[in-house]
Amino acid sequence: MANRKISHKNPDSVDKYSVLLPTYNERENLPLIVWLLVKYFGESGHNYEIIVIDDGSPDGTLEVGEQLQKIYGEDKILLRPRAKKLGLGTAYIHGIKHATGNFIFIMDADLSHHPKFIPEFIQKQKEGDYDLVSGTRYRGNGGVYGWDLRRKLISRGANFLTQVLLRPGASDVTGSFRLYRKEVLERLMERCVSKGYVFQMEIIVRARQLGYSIGEVPISFVDRVYGESKLGGNEIVSFAKGLLTFFATT
Amino acid sequence: MTKLLEWLLGVSILGSLWALVTFDLLDLSLPQTYREVAWPMPLYLLVSFGCYSLAIVGYRVATFNDCNEAAEELQQQIKEAKEDLRRRGLKM
Repeated sequence: MANRKISHKNPDSVDKYSVLLPTYNERENLPLIVWLLVKYFGESGHNYEIIVIDDGSPDGTLEVGEQLQKIYGEDKILLRPRAKKLGLGTAYIHGIKHATGNFIFIMDADLSHHPKFIPEFIQKQKEGDYDLVSGTRYRGNGGVYGWDLRRKLISRGANFLTQVLLRPGASDVTGSFRLYRKEVLERLMERCVSKGYVFQMEIIVRARQLGYSIGEVPISFVDRVYGESKLGGNEIVSFAKGLLTFFATT
Repeated sequence: MTKLLEWLLGVSILGSLWALVTFDLLDLSLPQTYREVAWPMPLYLLVSFGCYSLAIVGYRVATFNDCNEAAEELQQQIKEAKEDLRRRGLKM
């Protein structure tokens, strides 16, 4: 593969990608996700920074972050912790404030999202000059690992209902591996109030309302939380409520 | 217009057309066959949509990609990462 570090990039090109990593008790995974990010960003030659937003993890995630800073540099690893668990939406807002990039990556810190897709996101964004690039598990060679039949059924069923009712312009509305222009994410965060799965869906819905362009990249989602049902009755009910609310109000 | 209003509008328009034909509201004296076909349409469309939905969702569940190679690759890279980080001085 051609070494992209020797790039014919316009010397005035100043694209910088800030990766927001909200963490809670990710002591084990944080070094691994950072290592992978450094690897794939390094290979791609793009300018980047990783912002770790730790919500007062009792397992010492922040301390591991400090070690990573020593290894990779304080310009690459930014630690912007908070005192306690305050939720994903506010973590994004907090992260954006400290981001010096003009693009923002949002992803999970538990290795369910793989940084190897990052160059694909970047390329897709440039291809169509998209405001937003969403990772999709449902198209192309996107997919999941570790889901049983029940989970797949609920996922596809809910997604189908969402497509019929909302026609959102994205095949995966609850995914959380995305690339945004910084000002686009800022504007969207001003308008989003939901939590959980609905939060990610709301971002797409608001993006559609504001006329932002959405590109897609197939991704693989590796679910490593075995034995626990992350999709219980509560999540399903709140998702249904969110769906109906957006149906009626947007 | 919200999606709800779009749907209500669409349903109203189709519903009016259906009622027009089925109950001959404008005294158009349409051939009997038109009325016979139109009458069960709403139920027919509903059932068709139901079957279509089941087929689509069923197909999508059946063809949902299982990323086994991705999981293996991740395991491999985790080992590699731990090695490299240990060398660089990370204390786990």
